Amino acid sequence: MSVRRLAAVQPDDFAFTQDNLRWAEGQIAKYPEGRQMSAVIPLLWKAQEQHDGWLPEPAIRRVAEMLAMPTIRVMEVATFYTMFNLAPVGERFVQLCGTTPCALRGANALKDVCRKVIGDERHVTADGKLSWLEVECLGACSNAPMVQINYDYYEDLTPENLEALLEDLRAGRAVKTGSQIGRSCSAPEGEDTSLTDETLYDGSVVGAWRKRFDEQGGADATEADSAGRPAEASRPEAKLAKGKGDAEAQPDAGKAEKPVQADARPADRSRREGQPSWAGGKGGTDDVSPPAKPRGEEG
Amino acid sequence: MTKIIVDGAEVDVPAEYTILQACEAAGAEIPRFCYHERLSIAGNCRMCLVEVKGGPPKPVASCAMGVRDLRPGPNGEPPVVSTRSPMVKKAREGVMEFLLINHPLDCPICDQGGECDLQDQAMAYGVSGTRYFENKRAVEDKYIGPLVKTTMTRCIHCTRCVRFVAEVAGAPEIGAIGRGEDMEITTYLESAMSSELQGNVIDLCPVGALTSKPYAFKARPWELAKTESIDVMDALGSAIRVDSRGREVMRILPRINEDVNEEWISDKTRFVWDGLRTQRLDRPYVRENGRLRPTSWPEALGVVAAKIRAADKARVGAIVGDLAAVEEMFALKDLFGRLGVINVDARQDGSALHPKHGRASYIFNGGIAAIDEADAILLVGSNPRHEAPVLNARIRKRWRRGGVRVGLVGERVDLTYGSEHIGAGPASLTELVEGKHSFARVLSEAERPLVIVGAGAFVGEGGEAVLAAAAKLAGEKGGLCVLHSAASRVGALDLGLVPDEGGMTATEMAASGALDVAFLLGADEIDVAPGTFVVYLGTHGDRGAHRADVILPGAAYTEKVGLYVNTEGRVQVANRATFPPGEGREDWAILRALSEQLGAKLPYDTLNQLRAALFQAHPHMAALGEIAAGDPADIAKLADIGGTLGSAPFAGAMPDFHLSNPIARASAVMAEMSALKRTGFAQAAE
Repeated sequence: MSVRRLAAVQPDDFAFTQDNLRWAEGQIAKYPEGRQMSAVIPLLWKAQEQHDGWLPEPAIRRVAEMLAMPTIRVMEVATFYTMFNLAPVGERFVQLCGTTPCALRGANALKDVCRKVIGDERHVTADGKLSWLEVECLGACSNAPMVQINYDYYEDLTPENLEALLEDLRAGRAVKTGSQIGRSCSAPEGEDTSLTDETLYDGSVVGAWRKRFDEQGGADATEADSAGRPAEASRPEAKLAKGKGDAEAQPDAGKAEKPVQADARPADRSRREGQPSWAGGKGGTDDVSPPAKPRGEEG
Repeated sequence: MTKIIVDGAEVDVPAEYTILQACEAAGAEIPRFCYHERLSIAGNCRMCLVEVKGGPPKPVASCAMGVRDLRPGPNGEPPVVSTRSPMVKKAREGVMEFLLINHPLDCPICDQGGECDLQDQAMAYGVSGTRYFENKRAVEDKYIGPLVKTTMTRCIHCTRCVRFVAEVAGAPEIGAIGRGEDMEITTYLESAMSSELQGNVIDLCPVGALTSKPYAFKARPWELAKTESIDVMDALGSAIRVDSRGREVMRILPRINEDVNEEWISDKTRFVWDGLRTQRLDRPYVRENGRLRPTSWPEALGVVAAKIRAADKARVGAIVGDLAAVEEMFALKDLFGRLGVINVDARQDGSALHPKHGRASYIFNGGIAAIDEADAILLVGSNPRHEAPVLNARIRKRWRRGGVRVGLVGERVDLTYGSEHIGAGPASLTELVEGKHSFARVLSEAERPLVIVGAGAFVGEGGEAVLAAAAKLAGEKGGLCVLHSAASRVGALDLGLVPDEGGMTATEMAASGALDVAFLLGADEIDVAPGTFVVYLGTHGDRGAHRADVILPGAAYTEKVGLYVNTEGRVQVANRATFPPGEGREDWAILRALSEQLGAKLPYDTLNQLRAALFQAHPHMAALGEIAAGDPADIAKLADIGGTLGSAPFAGAMPDFHLSNPIARASAVMAEMSALKRTGFAQAAE
């Protein structure tokens, strides 16, 4: 991580726009009397947003005034959090993840692309369009390598598509956000590779474990004495079944009798529907009943 | 109380104790850097790790874990703490190794060397070698004012300084910017600190990152003679240690006195020592044809004696200054009494305080420690931040704990804590007495209210009425507290250094044509009108010496053994660290010599004989460190004095904190601080 200090060249003054001021007052009003300084991060963030993506020194002073807190306290916050840029950034600010998963998937090659297309880290191109910075994990590891440009993620990058992306951005052409190879969120590349059985989702497996349990329990009871079955014995169901003879006394045995709970898993469903789970009400409460996943199968 | 076993010994400690405090109670020594008794707990240096049974299965930071958070054993045995186990030893060695990874090994050129916590603890708890060969981290030095020198590479990020200025000093100007390895301690854009207590961060800093700028590279701690003494820069009488080498005072440090200054001292107390070397009067002078001519003691004393003998005793007077010790004031009063001079006054500011109202009328009744218990505080005509910064920090400490309301009558100033400004002048005092202001209710409902009246409030016409009003406000709860700003004042009032019936006050004496001969005992805050023959007995070439016709060089507070009575009425002794420069003598001895020339020989040849006479006349002076309490009945009587309050707004007794006495005015450091303050601390680093 870099040394975080204020930029050498600073504007003379900073003032929130009317809209932002109103917004800031709303933020401050969220906190009880005497706790106004809790709003320091939202206010700094808004100041950065308003000031072309970086936080000038007058803004730090202004925020301190607004929250009636010592200026040095605001300075501490601004220099602590890496999300605050203390020096000018490009119109499109590329934050390139260089943490382990991305590094393993080729982030180093992406850095070379940035150096070639933009220049050194923390350097704004002459036209002011681009600058880049290596940052720590942005939490999109399954789609590594990735970059964040302003508010959007660009994932599954290769040196080639990143270069094209940067050139498009510089030229102001429309670009595709998210995965650059067409996968949805962090779905597997190509086709689904697991949980592909349709019966998992049509409700037909509800209670199936019980059926299987009964069947196997009956079978095991007859064979239990005759032969050890290592393959079966290693399976939990088999163990349970095997122990059924003396299971009456076991507290665990009773648990299996509990009614089946339908476990709604919106994330699973949205993955199948190609929707991000947080995408809103679109697939929320409608059509198919949620795929019930019997608890017993987890064991 | 909770039982806990520390290194095999069972101790019974209050449940709110931390493990560190419990270990100390058991006599075990716990090394620490970030922990400090008077600051909040940070727990970031990790040096105080100990092993506990009944807590987490790893070394715990003893400063940050409470005794009550430890579990007892399975059969109810007390929790067991070990401070000497192999685990603790290894943990300490590891922490020390981490601290030293980036700490420079520049002890030979570091001012902290010899009194450095890191140095000492590295010797005691560290290992002999290093396993690191990487480059050490280097940090640029910061400008944080003319008093504190920084060498930030040495900083170990204990954040004591950050916590001190935010919590105790109430001027949150230091902070830690950046993070991780890039964390740096600085002020905002390297502006100068504004607190009057900032020098204390030098003592707090466990390494050599923050050191004294005026003292930089001047001396090593082991070559200094240490003298325990009392400060005279304000009337608190803070406990200090004067470190001297040869004839020079090299620095002044605080001592712990829980009743007075805890362990803080103001910047004026700490950094005034360079004023003890400059502008000194080191030989007698006599004015001839408008110019001061160096002379000998016999001649100077002869001139003075001749003038006093020749003068009409009704037109001779003595004014005592702010830094005089009890002994010389006693000798002065004795001598002038023998001569039949009634014009003797120690109140050069024109204060209306008078011993005739009883001791309770002019001391800080209940003591400074009473602030810790107060539930309502009214400040009248005082800016304690200037007049007694350490006392102000104590009020702030009380305020931070909550449950107290502070009202202020006088100049609207930033006291570093929340206060209600009631009004600027005596009119507001009247409102309070008549119960017309909401704060009057606060005072009357409080169980332990304090009415702290600054010395400035008693100056001028309505001074006595202010005293009466304050006594009324304090009521029967006895919380009338007079906050003096002159170290000599309470002692002088105890001795009765006020004009007798028909005598002139200091202000009257200074007026044109009032006196033929004026004897100034270190009185520099008063202008004696032209025409009077002025004898100045003092230490510095300041206002008094400029006006003087004869100068008798005396001894400053670090150069004599003297009693001082602080604003509480506590008698304390200041000890001699060095000798007066040149031909300067102890003030009482000069008065004794003069008495012989005047034919009114004082009956004491040694300080002990003088003390014996003093203690006989004023027995309470013999009880060092004690307060002879005032009579509460006197306060009740005060309320009946009545009188009319003046109309002018109260002025503080100390408009310029840094330049309030002759020693401070001779100090270059104080002059720089004063100039900086006037420019609003705007000046940043070069």
